[in-house]
Amino acid sequence: MIKQKPKVAFYWCASCGGCEETVVDLNAAILDVADAVDIVLWPVALDFKYHHIEALKDGDIAVSFINGAIRTNEQAHISKLLRQKSGLVVAFGSCAHTGGIPGLANLTSREEIFRTSFHESPTVVNASGTVPQEDSLADGMPVRLPAFWEEVHTLDQWIDVDYYIPGCPPPPALVLSAVTAILEGKLPEKGSVLAPAKALCDTCPRRKTKSENTKITKIHRPHEIIADPEICFLEQGIICCGPATRSGCGEVCINGNMPCTGCFGPPPGVIDQGAKLISAISSLFNAKTKEEAMEMARQVVDPAGTFHRYTVPSSLLGCRIHKKAAMPADGRMDREAA
Amino acid sequence: MGAVPASLLAPAAPLRLGISPITNFGWRFRRCSVTDVKLLTFVCNWCSYGGADTAGGLKLECPPGVRLVRVMCSGRVDAQLILEGFRSGADGVLVLGCHPGDCHYKEGNYVAQKRAPLLARMLEQFGIERERFRIDWVSAGEGERFSKVVNAMYDNVARLGPLELVDRKVEGSMR
Ligand code: SF4
Ligand code: SF4
Ligand code: SF4
Repeated sequence: MIKQKPKVAFYWCASCGGCEETVVDLNAAILDVADAVDIVLWPVALDFKYHHIEALKDGDIAVSFINGAIRTNEQAHISKLLRQKSGLVVAFGSCAHTGGIPGLANLTSREEIFRTSFHESPTVVNASGTVPQEDSLADGMPVRLPAFWEEVHTLDQWIDVDYYIPGCPPPPALVLSAVTAILEGKLPEKGSVLAPAKALCDTCPRRKTKSENTKITKIHRPHEIIADPEICFLEQGIICCGPATRSGCGEVCINGNMPCTGCFGPPPGVIDQGAKLISAISSLFNAKTKEEAMEMARQVVDPAGTFHRYTVPSSLLGCRIHKKAAMPADGRMDREAA
Repeated sequence: MGAVPASLLAPAAPLRLGISPITNFGWRFRRCSVTDVKLLTFVCNWCSYGGADTAGGLKLECPPGVRLVRVMCSGRVDAQLILEGFRSGADGVLVLGCHPGDCHYKEGNYVAQKRAPLLARMLEQFGIERERFRIDWVSAGEGERFSKVVNAMYDNVARLGPLELVDRKVEGSMR
């Protein structure tokens, strides 16, 4: 008798496609995975319809890997559907995990994004001032587009998530070990991040060059100087997010002589990665007076974007304050099954 | 130590980091309207807590919206704690430490001083006005100064009104 293979779904929400690329980057290993599982949904690579998923029994899909943040009601609807149909839901990549790069949009507003994208951007010619509408007519036929929410959310702010694979994107080795653990049923407790518990500085090859009392007198942005490839970035006055970032990426940026920007999210015990980084980095400033402290702070061009680069939606503040929550009460899509 | 209004004993939303507000001073509470804002004030154990106590002893005025949290050092109040304060319902956060040079741990208040402007810039990017976060120095004997700093900051925050953070819990979600 042929044993039924576990069903697996891959889905993307507010995503750049990089997470999908990682899955493809598994190279030959993906064939083993594809051999062991039955892929029921993978919009980037295979043609399936949502009603195929709707037709499945609840819990029929063994694992759904969902990447990208949640910003439209379509994304909310499909992730909710996948939650209902899946035994496990894995938030894949930093967008799904902590909000990621699309989450930076929470520092601005939907209105400003639309204004920039459809009116003010120098590459846009839009004499009639057209802006996408949720409902419109095309040749007399009604067209409905997903609603673009005021705010970006992490996956677990919308549905229950079982596990998290961090990274922007997660490195293939980590994905493979996580997938293997899932297939073999060797999983840690629910809610775990499937990556090591140490901070990046603990595993960094430059760790020994980080002195006990570093003093930064001038902050250099990576493009402004050529960094010494052996010495800790912070020692060189280049902001590195290693002190409050989870390890597990293989220090790829550091090995490429670029500082860590924090894509693996906070290590265990840290609630707000950006705030921890502010504390960690500012303590290294060589500043005795208030004026000196202000001058050092001024040199950090974009504090929120630097320290909360991947975590605005999951941070303690979550988004800029000028707006009220504009999330619809439920993410249902009034669209007939496509 | 006089009777303390019940409103002062517990913050509106519980602080989650294992810190509890302490309030047994003899302040005279200022008359304020019911819509008052809350000012979370961290006081260091060695100087500013004493300053608050002295203010109480002198029966100086204090707005009832002030919530005091005693910490061992202003340097211990890391940025995460301040954000947690805002998230927990504070409309303003004030950190009070020993004057520069007087820190019980030598450098703690300098660490706090270095952190403040960077954090303030980040808060502004999140739409939290500069007046809602401040760090200052109050020694144990400076009851008057404590009262002045707290009242001035409180008035600034009250002028801005309540801080309305967007609730991160999504309605209709399965959590
Ligand atoms: S986590 Fe990074 S790679 Fe993955 S979708 Fe988000 S931005 Fe792209
Ligand atoms: S700060 Fe960056 S370069 Fe320095 S030890 Fe940590 S991860 Fe390595
Ligand atoms: S070094 Fe930092 S930014 Fe680079 S991959 Fe690792 S965690 Fe991500």
